[in-house]
Amino acid sequence: MYEFDFERPTSVADAVAALGTEEAQALGGGQTLIPTMKQRLAMPAKLVSLTGIAEMQGVRRNDAGELCIGGGTTHATVAREARDAYPALADLASHIGDPAVRNRGTIGGSLANNDPSACYPAAVLGSGATVVTSNREIAADDFFEGMFTTALEDGEIITEVRFPVPEAANYQKFEQPASRFALVGVFVARFSGGVRVAVTGAAEEGVFRWHEAEKALSSDFGPGAVEGLSVSADGMIADLHGSAAYRAHLVGVLTKRAVAAAAG
Amino acid sequence: MPRVTMTVNGKPVSGEVEGRRLLVQFLREDLDLTGTHVGCDTSQCGACVVHVDGHAVKACTMFAAEAEGADVTTIEGIAAPDGTLNAIQQAFQDHHGLQCGFCTPGMVMSAAALLAENPKPSEAEVRDYLEGNICRCTGYHNIVKAIMAASGQDVNAIAAE
Amino acid sequence: MPKDGGIGAASKRREDVRFLTGTGNYTDDINIRGQAYVHFLRSDVAHGRIEKLDTAQAAAMPGVVRIFTGADFEDVGGLPCGWQVTDKHGAPMQEPGHPVLAQGKVRHVGDPIAAVVADTPEQARDAAEAIIYDIAELPAVVDMKAALDPGAPKVHDELESNLCYDWGFVEENKPAVDAAFEKAAHVTTLELVNNRLIANPMEPRVAVGDYARSTDESTLFTTSQNPHVIRLLMGAFVLGIPEHKLRVVAPDVGGGFGTKIFHYAEEAFCTFAARALARPVKWTSSRSEAFMSDAHGRDHVTRIELALDADNNFVALRTDTLANMGAYLSTFAPSVPTWLHGTLMAGNYKTPLIHVNVRAVFTNTVPVDAYRGAGRPEATYQLERVIDKAAIELGVDPIALRRQNFVTEFPYETPVAVTYDTGDYNATMDKLEEIADLSGFDARRKESAKRGKLRGLGVNTYIEACGIAPSNLVGQLGARAGLYESATVRVNATGSISVMTGSHSHGQGHETAFPQVVADMLGIDESMIEIVHGDTARGPMGMGTYGSRSLAVGGSAMVRATEKVINKARKIAAHLMEASEADIELKDGQFTVAGTDKSVAWGDVTLAAYVPHNYPLDEIEPGLEETAFYDPSNFTYPAGAYACEVEVDPETGKVTIERFAAADDFGNVVNPMIVEGQVHGGLGQGIGQALLEGCTYDENGQLITGSYMDYAMPRADDVPFYQVDHSCQTPCTHNPLGVKGCGEAGAIGSPPAVVNAVVDALRSGGHDITHIDMPLSPSRVWTAMQG
Ligand SMILES: Cc1cc2nc3c(=O)[nH]c(=O)nc-3n(C[C@H](O)[C@H](O)[C@H](O)COP(=O)(O)OP(=O)(O)OC[C@H]3O[C@@H](n4cnc5c(N)ncnc54)[C@H](O)[C@@H]3O)c2cc1C
Ligand code: FES
Ligand code: FES
Repeated sequence: MYEFDFERPTSVADAVAALGTEEAQALGGGQTLIPTMKQRLAMPAKLVSLTGIAEMQGVRRNDAGELCIGGGTTHATVAREARDAYPALADLASHIGDPAVRNRGTIGGSLANNDPSACYPAAVLGSGATVVTSNREIAADDFFEGMFTTALEDGEIITEVRFPVPEAANYQKFEQPASRFALVGVFVARFSGGVRVAVTGAAEEGVFRWHEAEKALSSDFGPGAVEGLSVSADGMIADLHGSAAYRAHLVGVLTKRAVAAAAG
Repeated sequence: MPRVTMTVNGKPVSGEVEGRRLLVQFLREDLDLTGTHVGCDTSQCGACVVHVDGHAVKACTMFAAEAEGADVTTIEGIAAPDGTLNAIQQAFQDHHGLQCGFCTPGMVMSAAALLAENPKPSEAEVRDYLEGNICRCTGYHNIVKAIMAASGQDVNAIAAE
Repeated sequence: MPKDGGIGAASKRREDVRFLTGTGNYTDDINIRGQAYVHFLRSDVAHGRIEKLDTAQAAAMPGVVRIFTGADFEDVGGLPCGWQVTDKHGAPMQEPGHPVLAQGKVRHVGDPIAAVVADTPEQARDAAEAIIYDIAELPAVVDMKAALDPGAPKVHDELESNLCYDWGFVEENKPAVDAAFEKAAHVTTLELVNNRLIANPMEPRVAVGDYARSTDESTLFTTSQNPHVIRLLMGAFVLGIPEHKLRVVAPDVGGGFGTKIFHYAEEAFCTFAARALARPVKWTSSRSEAFMSDAHGRDHVTRIELALDADNNFVALRTDTLANMGAYLSTFAPSVPTWLHGTLMAGNYKTPLIHVNVRAVFTNTVPVDAYRGAGRPEATYQLERVIDKAAIELGVDPIALRRQNFVTEFPYETPVAVTYDTGDYNATMDKLEEIADLSGFDARRKESAKRGKLRGLGVNTYIEACGIAPSNLVGQLGARAGLYESATVRVNATGSISVMTGSHSHGQGHETAFPQVVADMLGIDESMIEIVHGDTARGPMGMGTYGSRSLAVGGSAMVRATEKVINKARKIAAHLMEASEADIELKDGQFTVAGTDKSVAWGDVTLAAYVPHNYPLDEIEPGLEETAFYDPSNFTYPAGAYACEVEVDPETGKVTIERFAAADDFGNVVNPMIVEGQVHGGLGQGIGQALLEGCTYDENGQLITGSYMDYAMPRADDVPFYQVDHSCQTPCTHNPLGVKGCGEAGAIGSPPAVVNAVVDALRSGGHDITHIDMPLSPSRVWTAMQG
């Protein structure tokens, strides 16, 4: 690892200021960034730890009934504290990595990183959540811009994520056998106004919405509705752990299972 | 170099550390607490698990500076002061839950965190909780048994199922 | 009997206390004052010529002590190979050099090009990145078949080809085997891959070299399974340091599984550099480095044919295997696909005619050598898979087909040069049927079907040759070492005992099990006995731990040394009691004179040996310390029967292991708790091979599975509780303990059971599948189901 300066501000404002310098980078839980730095694939001159910022912590409901999660909230906290308000989200959080990773890794870090196999992007896109940053609000549909790319600008911090709470939802994660990240993950959420289906792990472009399934499910929310549907293998990730066709197939299977679980 | 101060196994400690110094390096090299191990560089094996403010974390994936002011417990700090093994350590010995011993500190620290959260875990819950702790020696059988035994369950009956 | 255990007791492990309290002493825990750190610059291409290597700028970086390159090692020997295989035409194998640091060429990703020694590990790494070098990439050979093409690029320019050897076994039998195939009523053929694995002991390798100018003595602390072997290989063949000036210490070692047997470049480097710099030099492998520098395992591609007569008796077996050696010959690599594999091809069956052909191939990949089981898993897998396939083709019960062909009379001389001394394969199969509750399988299959899952059952047997090995025999087979073991039993004045063993414990629990044996023989408490191992300065030359040999060979040496101690102690006791030696009996730590009430305690005899005031000095020397070297007269042959039940999710291809049962015959058992633990561990690795693990290179020789992100290690939720049993015991006939060894059985016996079960599950779902190559990942199983 290369040497860097380390700062641990206690407010978002101070963090933004600290990130204003050249080659400065935010440090959330470090569960992605630290291994990357060990491989010397990242070499920030300054790391700005966000863990000391109280205003970025915690799970609460706002007046609009949205579930608001501070950008620095750990997966473990979400798993625990969102359990009653948004069980599908809590369940997703409780299956990210392992307990020690969940005790450090944060929702903000996960979204900023936008790993194509990460879990949270499916929940955020599948819920139509709003990503709140140090200077604006970004709709989920505008946030994810492809593998490891997001709408975030340099130095912009995710301070909160606001989830509209669906009537029913479920996340199905099919684990890659080695990393245990999602080989494919499907998040299905039914709102009064329609159904959203978000798929992670599968596509080279990262998380995406499966519009065809959304349409079918919006008129008939049951596993039967997606029975005959399939996604194209074009643009799907193909690697040691599964071909594009396999991933495309899993999208169908997992969507059906997520609907069955959510409907049941 | 910035100075960090924390409590490790009940004792206040402090030291000068570079920003890049990992907690596990601080423990192993600066404090000579070599019980916490390093088995990988991708944060997956769990040989380095310690408790920070009561939570299990991978000491290889946290900077020492981030533990400023924290209460850290390592494998060296969980037996009684007279050396008597705690219930989990004793169960690992009784049920042969370790062979080479390299994964053991992380296993025991994860087990302690599990039992603090869930005092009577099922077999499936134990196995699930150990997702981030890799053992190459035991095939996990006796580790799972030991943890369930430490929680006061009749493991011989469960394992014979 | 010792009050606290003895042979057969499940004594708790004494080593556990230090491991459970974080006070073990692993090599990376050793820091010597003033030590420097080395970082190896490793090749990132699989094959290339080093055109330029400029270290000047890097050498000027902060903290750099010195940068070494291949040029510094021109006068130093290469890493030696410890086994020479002779090919089927009588010619020796092709044996390329293996430099400590690359000389002119790099031959696999990870091949070390330069070594930077600096004051801190980070400085060493920083400077390594600043080295300016240029490698002209050459086409890489990765696939073994392609490597043997006449026009293939050569891994070693100085060799004729990439063929290390073409070995036929037993070559004289070939015509008879072929003739039997001509006449056979049925022939089953199977092509399969035994997947390349990475041993992955959880402790990465570490080496610390130290040098004392005052005594001209070098010390190497290293993560090794056999410190004496390292001292011999490194001292005699690489660095030219005589044994009395070289000490090798392997303290607590965090698992080995074969990959810590071998002598590695990093060990030689740290020892060499410590001398050159007169400063301790430490290397700690990162896991990423381990993936490209630890010797890998397995990697065979095999075609096997089984010939049966009209009554389903096995009449002949023929195999053709390509075995990957990687880019260089690791220490024992040539022996693995030959003598550790071909000699086991009879399995538990009385097939009269067998021919095994193995071509070992150089490729631009990490060297491949022994990994838990070494050769025997490869033999077992192909044999037990082809038998299951034959059963499918013939429409017969796979267990019945096996039973019909079992060897039932012992000793049994196989057609592949070994003689099984004892065994009872029907007994272990009976036991398996009981503990695996095979009669309940149909009901369980129905229950799975209700949940939409396909359930399958796979059964197989295995045999292995352990307790390696008779030195004169292995010498004839090409070993450049003897395979005896040593022990010194040092009885102290007060009666406590230190046993110096040449075996090495890196998880096997020798510190607990070995005292059980000595305590049992003397009738004193185990707690009075301590095992010393892992330090060439503290014990006699020994060969170390691998091949399930520690108790069978090392334990036997200890028994012999203890017998010598007893003999001498009886003389002393006879003198003390003024009785005839012939009348002296030893029981429960007391020497008595038969037929009298005279007795003298163990401690009184040992004290007399060291304070010889009343002592037969004209007949025997003072002191009570004996050494024995034990050379086995045969291998031992543990055997068993395994059953696996799986569920396959037909929608995703995901396999879950629902039940796993193992019925083993290990002969006598000293500590059943430790034996069961060894089996569990082996099963975990075997299931890992079958379902999860597979080391993969791309066509350019880049390692795709270079970390745990892509190399799937078995985790706690990948495996079930196992049912294990070792109550079938046919003791080994030729070692004093009657033990056979249990360390590798689980890894040898389990992969075919898993694959047999998955194939059975898929067939029950109407899929006409007879084989899928390991690892049976969800995607592979699903793809197979698509037809
Ligand atoms: C063993 C292991 C298993 C894992 N398994 C899974 C899994 O199954 N599913 C899954 O989804 N993930 C998994 N992860 C990843 C884990 O969820 C990480 O915690 C997460 O991806 C990154 O979050 P972090 O807080 O640790 O971020 P960091 O590692 O600290 O940072 C990641 C990136 O985000 C930036 N960043 C951090 N916080 C913010 C913020 N608030 N605003 C803006 N930018 C920020 C950083 O600058 C950096 O670029 C796993 C990780 C490990 C080590
Ligand atoms: S050392 Fe492997 S997870 Fe920390
Ligand atoms: S006991 Fe050796 S890795 Fe777990």
